[in-house]
Amino acid sequence: MTGMLRIGVDVGGTNTDAALLQGVKVLATIKTGTTQDVTSGVGAAIRTVLMSAKVRASDVGGVMIGTTHFLNAVVEGKRLERVGVLRLCGAATRSLPPMIDWPERLRHLVDGGAALVGGGVNFDGTPIAALDITAIRAACRNWRAQRVASVAISAVFAQVDSRMEVAAGAIVAEEIPGVAVSLSHRIGRTGLLARESATILNASLHRLGAETVGAFRAAFAGLGLTCPLYLTQNDGTLMSADFAERHPVFTIASGPTNSMRGAAFLTGLSDAVVVDVGGTTTDVGTLVAGFPRNRSEGAEIGGIPTNFRVPDVFSFGLGGGSLIHSDPPLAIGPQSVGFRLPEKALCFGGDTLTATDIAVAAGLISLGDPSRVRHLDAALVAAALAKMKSDVETVIDRMKPSADPVPAVLVGGGSVMIDGLLSGTSVSLRPDHFGSANAIGAAIAQVSGEVDRVVSMEGTTREKALEGIVAEARLRAVEAGANPSSIQIAELEETPLSYLPGNAVRIAAKVVGDLAL
Amino acid sequence: MTYWTLTESDIDRIAIGVGILGTGGGGSPYLQMLIAKQLLREGKRIRMIRPVDLDPDAQIIGLGGIGAPTVSIEKMEEGFEGVRVLKAIEAHTGRKVDAVLGDEVGGGNGIYPMITAAHLDLPVVDADGMGRAFPEVQMTSFFAYGQASQPAALSDADGNTLIITQAKTPQMLEKLMRTATVAMGCTACMTTAPMTGDFVRRYGIAHTTSQAWTLGDAVIRAREAKTDPIAAILAEAGGTFLMTGKVTDIGRRIDGGFVRGTLTVAGLGADAGRTLVIDIQNEYLVATEGDKRLAMVPDLICIVDSETGRPIGTEEQRYGLRVAILSLPASALLRTDLALALMGPRAFGYDFDFVPLGEPTQPAPVAAYMAGHSPNPVPRGDPL
Repeated sequence: MTGMLRIGVDVGGTNTDAALLQGVKVLATIKTGTTQDVTSGVGAAIRTVLMSAKVRASDVGGVMIGTTHFLNAVVEGKRLERVGVLRLCGAATRSLPPMIDWPERLRHLVDGGAALVGGGVNFDGTPIAALDITAIRAACRNWRAQRVASVAISAVFAQVDSRMEVAAGAIVAEEIPGVAVSLSHRIGRTGLLARESATILNASLHRLGAETVGAFRAAFAGLGLTCPLYLTQNDGTLMSADFAERHPVFTIASGPTNSMRGAAFLTGLSDAVVVDVGGTTTDVGTLVAGFPRNRSEGAEIGGIPTNFRVPDVFSFGLGGGSLIHSDPPLAIGPQSVGFRLPEKALCFGGDTLTATDIAVAAGLISLGDPSRVRHLDAALVAAALAKMKSDVETVIDRMKPSADPVPAVLVGGGSVMIDGLLSGTSVSLRPDHFGSANAIGAAIAQVSGEVDRVVSMEGTTREKALEGIVAEARLRAVEAGANPSSIQIAELEETPLSYLPGNAVRIAAKVVGDLAL
Repeated sequence: MTYWTLTESDIDRIAIGVGILGTGGGGSPYLQMLIAKQLLREGKRIRMIRPVDLDPDAQIIGLGGIGAPTVSIEKMEEGFEGVRVLKAIEAHTGRKVDAVLGDEVGGGNGIYPMITAAHLDLPVVDADGMGRAFPEVQMTSFFAYGQASQPAALSDADGNTLIITQAKTPQMLEKLMRTATVAMGCTACMTTAPMTGDFVRRYGIAHTTSQAWTLGDAVIRAREAKTDPIAAILAEAGGTFLMTGKVTDIGRRIDGGFVRGTLTVAGLGADAGRTLVIDIQNEYLVATEGDKRLAMVPDLICIVDSETGRPIGTEEQRYGLRVAILSLPASALLRTDLALALMGPRAFGYDFDFVPLGEPTQPAPVAAYMAGHSPNPVPRGDPL
């Protein structure tokens, strides 16, 4: 990727950021408002960033987009498709039918009928029951009559043996012409109910995925871009537009990841705490070996428990728009003027004392009219700055991986308010382009492959089992577009199954590599 | 007869409480909670009965899940495993089962027997054999005071059902059950030998489901009122507050199928400068400060999120978590020599004797028994 031109775009709730990079050099960054239809805002952002760097669209080698579009669809319950749910389980699992823990409103929108049929395997790969082809065909005829065009298939321990899911998918495709099939072993991890829910969500976003990616493609053609298009996924790595069309659910939690990856890139640090100060909230996360550290529990999406790994981010109400309550005891946030900062803040002629006004009064940033905040009591300004800093320090202490001091990277437009070395850190950095770290994170994203499975150690050795899992993760990374020679192991976790004699181990492997272009 | 008929909101409270009583182990009660609530929505009922209300001659069996929590979240229950082991015991003994209970109130097994009870409309005894979670089958007050080692039964999701007609010791029973569970795909439903109503009244740890409800209710009410959930837990359980702090180190290793390790917590606020070390063997076993042991098994060492009161399992622990460490006194039934031989420090490989912390309390049954209906604003199910 030495000289290649790439554009990263981060579509947030309020702003759309774009960054143009050549190799490791940032040529231009811009910020525009997010538009209702998403695609026109993305088009405008790309056009502007190309113009400001005087680069021709045809010279761009790749565009990487991070978007909250699909997450919003789930949260708002809009444009979701009805899904037929096929569970391959034999007698097992029937006490917990699909979607049992979904909010009623979403279940009502998405539930297209479930069929629990023969199939699935045990943790050691022995079948629970043979695949019940007759029952699958019967379920398909029912869905076809109901005009269900998207089917989610999940089998017990599909991560141990995925063949039944694949075979069932082929039968469904035969029975329902033009059907979209989502298979659970490509979507989630151990934990059937949560993985099945994620697979159903993916299936319900299928049509929106195709439309959105189609609209991005059309917008790119209009701009004269001929390069490949990628979307960033939950773990901060990329998927091709073709893959994203079929796996829209992977974009759903990609938000915080991009700015953390951008912070790693801009500073060259692979282990650090990243503090992203926005308009309303501050997100603090931890980089380990260049990637965000994940939460131990899975993500909850629109009230639906899933087992997606998402960055472990602590969010709290501190941002450029945070209200300052100056009457003792001094308090900052969590209320914020949000996107109305340009009309509400004192420095812009408004009537509300915000965190931004404190930063202007302290001379940390020049914004608006500094004379409008000159009357602020110097002691108040100093106390407010100290309070913001100590709030951030408390959260850093909570998030860092050990008691040792770690570097802190400050990004996001609001990070100018945090001045000087933060306690508990070895160094506190605010790199160039800190305001567009999210778009830069999207631009430099790598590709990954992930496998998570319970393996029996009988008839094999630990080394062989690990090797097999890593090889499979590599294969998935190559499928996703990785250059095979650049692939490295990012995560390798072994969890022996507790309460049992030690012959079964859960192994989770993730590998990452550079995009092959 | 006086029953407490559970509602969905009762199940929510019990799920939090059994997490706290799980002392870090026992597996998550989340899926069991979903199943129980689903059964109530289908019109089934779950009735709790106090030990004191049991017929002395009643036949009672304990039901629980055995296996690896990692497997049980993937190959979940079929739903009638408990019904099968119960029927197998009835067929073997030639006697009907009159009520069920859980051997282990801590973790998912605190809700587990309610599923079978709902299917068969049998009452669930508000008592268990641990008052907490323990890793092995024989670690109950029932075995300590003479419960027979047989018959015992296991059933898996596919319907395979096994009766053990003879096990020479409770330890051998544990071994046989564990081995059969592996053959059944590492997750199964188990029962141990039937007990009489009289035996459960004497040797069951009474009102532990009530205790779980009370703890869960205290946490929920504290969250709603934005008051301190830790104080609420302590006020309800009569426990000892050990420390509030931050996890600064966690070491884990697997040894003979069990997660072992140590957790180091540095004091915060009023506890600044103090350091507690907690030994882990699936559950939290011993809390030490310097060379002083503050609390030890079988007393309960509970670790909860210091802000929300949410119980934190041993597998979730990591650097930086803000936690409160509490000790709740084990039942007097677990503090005798007979019980300590099975569940005291030496049973876990330590070379020291048990030193109790705090006077054992007797959890009270929830008020719902007296009122004859649920204490919640919107009662569901049958008022009796």
